[in-house]
Amino acid sequence: MTDDKDVLRDVWFGRIPTCFTLYQDEITEREAEPYYLLLPRVSYLTLVTDKVKKHFEKVMRQEDISEILFEYEGTPLKWHYPIGLLFDLLASSSALPWNITVHFKSFPEKDLLHCPSKDVIEAHFMSCVKEADALKHKSQVINEMQKKDHKQLWMGLQNDRFDQFWAINQKLMEYPAEENGFRYIPFRIYQTTTEWPFIRQLFRPVATDGQLHTLGDLLKEVCPSAVAPEDGEKKNQVMIHGIEPVLETALQWLREHLSHPDNFLHIRIIPQPAD
Amino acid sequence: MPSSELWAVDLFGRVFTLSTAGQQWELCRDAQLEFKRVSAAAPCCWGIACDNQVYVRVGASDVPIRCREEAYENQRWNPVGGFCEALLPSDRWPWSDVSGLQHRPLDGVALPSPHWEWESDWYVDENFGGEPTEKGGWTYAIDFPHTYTRDKKWNSCVRRRRWTRYRRYKSRDTWAKIPSEDDPQQLPDPFSDLSLGGWEITDEPVGHLSVWAVSLQGKVWYREDVSHSNPEGSSWSLVDTPGEAVQISCGPHDLLWVSLWEGQALVREGINRNNPKGSSWSVVEPPTSENGILHVSAGVGVVWAVTKDRKVWFRRGVNSHNPCGTSWIEMVGEMMMVNVGLNDQVWGIGWTDRALYFRHGVTQSELSGKTWKAIVAGRECDGSRAGSLSSLLSAGCFFGDEVRGGGESCVPSDSEAERPGPDPERDVEVAGPASAPAELPWTNIDLKEPKKGPSHAAADFPEATNLSSLALLPLGLEEPDSADCHALWAWVSGGGCAVEAHTTLKWFTAHSGLPASMQMLSLPITPAQTAAWRKQIFQQLTERTQRELENFRHYEQAVEQSVWVKTGALQWWCDWKPHKWVDVRVALEQFTGHDGVRDSILFIYYMVHEEKKYIHVFLNEVTALVPVLNEAKHSFAVYTPERTRQRWPVRLAAATEQDMSDWLALLNLCCCESRRVHGRPSPQAIWSVTCKGDIFVSEPSPDLEAPERWLPCDQMFWRQMGGHLRVVEANSRGVVWGIGYDHTAWVYTGGYGGGCFQGLASSTSNIYTQSDVKCVYIYENQRWNPVTGYTSRGLPTDRYMWSDATGLQECTKASTKPPSLQWAWVSDWFVDFSVPGGTDQEGWQYASDFPALYHGHKTMKDFVRRRCWTRKCKLVTSGPWLEVAPIALGDVSIIPEIPGAHGSGPGIALWAVSDKGDVLCRLGVCELNPAGSSWLHVGTDQPFASVSIGGCYQVWAVARDGSAFYRGSVSPSKPAGLGHRRQSPGEPKPEPGNCVSPHGCAAPGAHGAGLGLWHRGGLGSPVRPGQCHQGPQELVPGDGRQAERGAGPPQWALEGGRCPAGDPQSCLLLRPLPLTWSRCDAGFEGPRLMQAFLSRAVLVLNVLKRGSQEWYLQAQIRDWGGNLA
Repeated sequence: MTDDKDVLRDVWFGRIPTCFTLYQDEITEREAEPYYLLLPRVSYLTLVTDKVKKHFEKVMRQEDISEILFEYEGTPLKWHYPIGLLFDLLASSSALPWNITVHFKSFPEKDLLHCPSKDVIEAHFMSCVKEADALKHKSQVINEMQKKDHKQLWMGLQNDRFDQFWAINQKLMEYPAEENGFRYIPFRIYQTTTEWPFIRQLFRPVATDGQLHTLGDLLKEVCPSAVAPEDGEKKNQVMIHGIEPVLETALQWLREHLSHPDNFLHIRIIPQPAD
Repeated sequence: MPSSELWAVDLFGRVFTLSTAGQQWELCRDAQLEFKRVSAAAPCCWGIACDNQVYVRVGASDVPIRCREEAYENQRWNPVGGFCEALLPSDRWPWSDVSGLQHRPLDGVALPSPHWEWESDWYVDENFGGEPTEKGGWTYAIDFPHTYTRDKKWNSCVRRRRWTRYRRYKSRDTWAKIPSEDDPQQLPDPFSDLSLGGWEITDEPVGHLSVWAVSLQGKVWYREDVSHSNPEGSSWSLVDTPGEAVQISCGPHDLLWVSLWEGQALVREGINRNNPKGSSWSVVEPPTSENGILHVSAGVGVVWAVTKDRKVWFRRGVNSHNPCGTSWIEMVGEMMMVNVGLNDQVWGIGWTDRALYFRHGVTQSELSGKTWKAIVAGRECDGSRAGSLSSLLSAGCFFGDEVRGGGESCVPSDSEAERPGPDPERDVEVAGPASAPAELPWTNIDLKEPKKGPSHAAADFPEATNLSSLALLPLGLEEPDSADCHALWAWVSGGGCAVEAHTTLKWFTAHSGLPASMQMLSLPITPAQTAAWRKQIFQQLTERTQRELENFRHYEQAVEQSVWVKTGALQWWCDWKPHKWVDVRVALEQFTGHDGVRDSILFIYYMVHEEKKYIHVFLNEVTALVPVLNEAKHSFAVYTPERTRQRWPVRLAAATEQDMSDWLALLNLCCCESRRVHGRPSPQAIWSVTCKGDIFVSEPSPDLEAPERWLPCDQMFWRQMGGHLRVVEANSRGVVWGIGYDHTAWVYTGGYGGGCFQGLASSTSNIYTQSDVKCVYIYENQRWNPVTGYTSRGLPTDRYMWSDATGLQECTKASTKPPSLQWAWVSDWFVDFSVPGGTDQEGWQYASDFPALYHGHKTMKDFVRRRCWTRKCKLVTSGPWLEVAPIALGDVSIIPEIPGAHGSGPGIALWAVSDKGDVLCRLGVCELNPAGSSWLHVGTDQPFASVSIGGCYQVWAVARDGSAFYRGSVSPSKPAGLGHRRQSPGEPKPEPGNCVSPHGCAAPGAHGAGLGLWHRGGLGSPVRPGQCHQGPQELVPGDGRQAERGAGPPQWALEGGRCPAGDPQSCLLLRPLPLTWSRCDAGFEGPRLMQAFLSRAVLVLNVLKRGSQEWYLQAQIRDWGGNLA
């Protein structure tokens, strides 16, 4: 019998093979070799691309170096989305490795947030965790933690230390035994087809009749367009961490096992690919 | 936590039970009878039916209730015919009881009631004091009465032998009528109330039960001789009361309260083990003089009462020493009745709504609880209620016949007249003693005058109470339809219902579901584990990893593995003298080795002479992390092979329990990681328990049994599992059973972690709450002096007057604490009468001096005496264990894997001995259902102590008297085999008391050459056999560690046996208590019995390296040849 704990490991150690190439218009002193890297799915681009940055800065002229940004097929990549989510949203049907273009010029101010340092990522990450706990436990758990616990969460993510991170994070995943789950499920639904960056709503893991909600229940409630009618053809692809859970999956279980380190369940919905 | 049941009677006289695990009331199906009142205890329920007869319902169980009848055949030798039945005129009867005073011919021994049946015919018991006799079971003596011996001597003039026969109680799970008295003079008038209690007065195995009843004339009756083995008791005896009783309540311990017509309560004083009926009454006045007491209910330390104005009262200050308590406290709520159940939990029936309430929040510290919470569990028969009502009202002849027919089967025909069917006559008779409202035959109460009933009942309230169901019936009929959603109750009894503080009950929300009895006794599998979606996610994740990683493994990782350091402040038990706790800083450094395996080092920084120094421990060398919880410190010990050899582990203590658990869990995780151990243990894992009850698992390496490379157990890595067990037993198909100190049987669920291992170190599912209870013993010592007799003033050279068993340590009642902070007292100190050697009425044992052999009666030569005081303590933890209710076990053995039988899927043979000595065989055990389905009782002619099953279904067992048995023809198709065959003389005969000296022995003829038996040595023979639960230091004499509680090397108890790693001489046992065997000679053929010890012997053998045992071990290892992998 496989244990649920293995899912956590699989999720944490998900990697996307990536090929970074420098944008053709960037001026270099010599030819820039592409750079190959395994990116952790659950981390953030700017957190794990120090090596990429160093690699390309070597060939750049000193005066041209400014804030690095990444782009895939013309779409600037938002560093504050988890890497796995970006991949699933934009490139899940393309061949591996994932080809990311590196830019040092023309920062798209309206599309991207600046990321001057890792503190900014930390602040973003922690605010996500806090928001998630507000939904789950009225912030009680996160507020009871010490500063060093918060730090350990962050350091766990930054250093890719599964056990360091989960030693603390499991406290965020607990809920009283007499209840069947969290107060609300922290989730975000991303669609490429809409204007809105993502959907978030209050949604309880357990229905009023005591039944556990499923992923399908959630989608029907907050994003009915994504769910195919009973008889209709499946038009959309619902993906979490690169896999497509069936709609019968219990939401609370998903929440506990397939959440990102920021404690959100990032659900991506894109139209079903033609093939 | 096993489920137990709450019993209740609704207004229609139907009896329902509600399981603590369930959400729905279950009707007692086979009851054609309607009941007025019931009173439940854990094993049975007594009730007064509407025919005014008393019935007992003994719950079904896999273990039968058996009772041995015996008779002695006596013969005298005369020169003409040798031994013959012709006795001298002054002699006893040729057939007599054991004393010889009573004539007892075999055919004159009758069954006590129709509820018993004979199990077999009479047979001669050829066993005498644990030893087989020569022929025909005769024992010889010079004359009657005398000491009998096995051997016939020249002066043996008389002989006798014992005939035995077992009878079995057959009326289980059905209402069995208590036979009426034959003598009309003795016949008590109809009973109006009845109460069970008293099962905690005496020691548990006795199974004593006090059954008290009140008759319509207000007399109080006591049922004699009710016990587990005699569920019906023998006769009613009258107990005089100063007033007319209305209602009675007996607590589990020694409380007995009676409410009187006049409104006062009577309290029985002087109830104790020797006198369960008590000695005298004292009167307790009601809380207010105008409203007398209507109803009382007693628990262990509480009494609740309802007065005539329906107010509920709680009696303050009630206990064994002061059964009357001190004062009344008024509680909220208006109740018709209240009932105190196990753990002093309280149920009540609301006055106005007849709903059932549970007193929420009753704990040992807050006995009065917090609020009344309505129990709204549904009833399985709600839908058919109207139907049953109409059939009841019509009371057709079919119904009547059926009842009468049913009665005949269990009632002798001569009592037919006393037991009329449910015809109108009987109804009048039933109603007779009551006044006005009862004149309406209860089955025919007019549906149209509901309002009149209750007012009437209220006016004549005292008269109405003893027929409460009757007087209250109109209420129930008032709105027949509304009763469907809201049951109306008449009576409740929680005497068999164990609710504890941490129990979560599902009674308070309406649910429709399967009744508890429909649920299988098997490991619960949560829907999440079986759901297809879960499987799919696992599969997709694997595919994803394959897709995204398989071809790109050569890519560089984005985040380099770095060293991670966790630091903290702990205390360290320093290595040099004077040993003391010193404050240290500790740092755990984790890094990734070249091969990708994480490794860790634990640094301990300390200051000596203001100089900073450190010691370090490589976690990949750690063999075990053992929590050492003593009275004050939360500490743990870190063992490495080197440290074990030095018998000096690294001991660290944390400030709080949480802190300790965090460190322990983290260090364990690091150890497991460096040894690449994670997830659940493999089926071949070796399980062990320490003397403290901690459970450890080790993964065997494939070459574990290779003779040239055996790994001593102190070099194997032992990983802790949550839970607390006394014995653990595993086979190589992953079936693991354990027995707690309280004899509870547990089955391994397949999880890991629990206890202090939370989060990552623990599996998500399959971890359950586990509790264990053990006893702490201290001794009260006294010396006789000519002036004052026995006093607690000893000689200056004497031991402490309050001491431990050895007398070396002072242990007073006040100063003795539970063994560690994990344990909490759950009882008060009480005298233990079950000590070996026997005691007198007050529990004293006498001897000529300390220390000496103690005996249970005073003689002229005795100058000292002692008695044992016991106190129970309880621990609540969690682990991958589920209770196998309800039978408590003393020993368990699982068949070892037969090589080549993998996957063939026959059930796994599992044998056990219950704590009462019954031999049991578990049916339906397999990998998927390790708990099995039910017990098959294997009849024996005496209580057993231990059982062991080896490969090829060879079952060996030891009886309590020390005789050894082999059971033939056990096979998968015949799991219980054919019969225990007693071994021939010449095999080892452990003396009663289970302490034998180590010796080899001749092979018993029964099983071919070479199946030698071998008994454990008298390893520091436990101070009190059967009760050696007091930790390692008492058990390993001369160990020098008395002062150093638990600081020594881990005391491995292999499958319950103790095997101190550093002390090979003292581990000649495979299992400690009771005795079991292994083999001793090197010449045996085949690995048969060996396999029984496959998983455990490895360990035993490997530590037994020294001395004369070496040859023996190697012989065994050779025989094994890699069965393990």
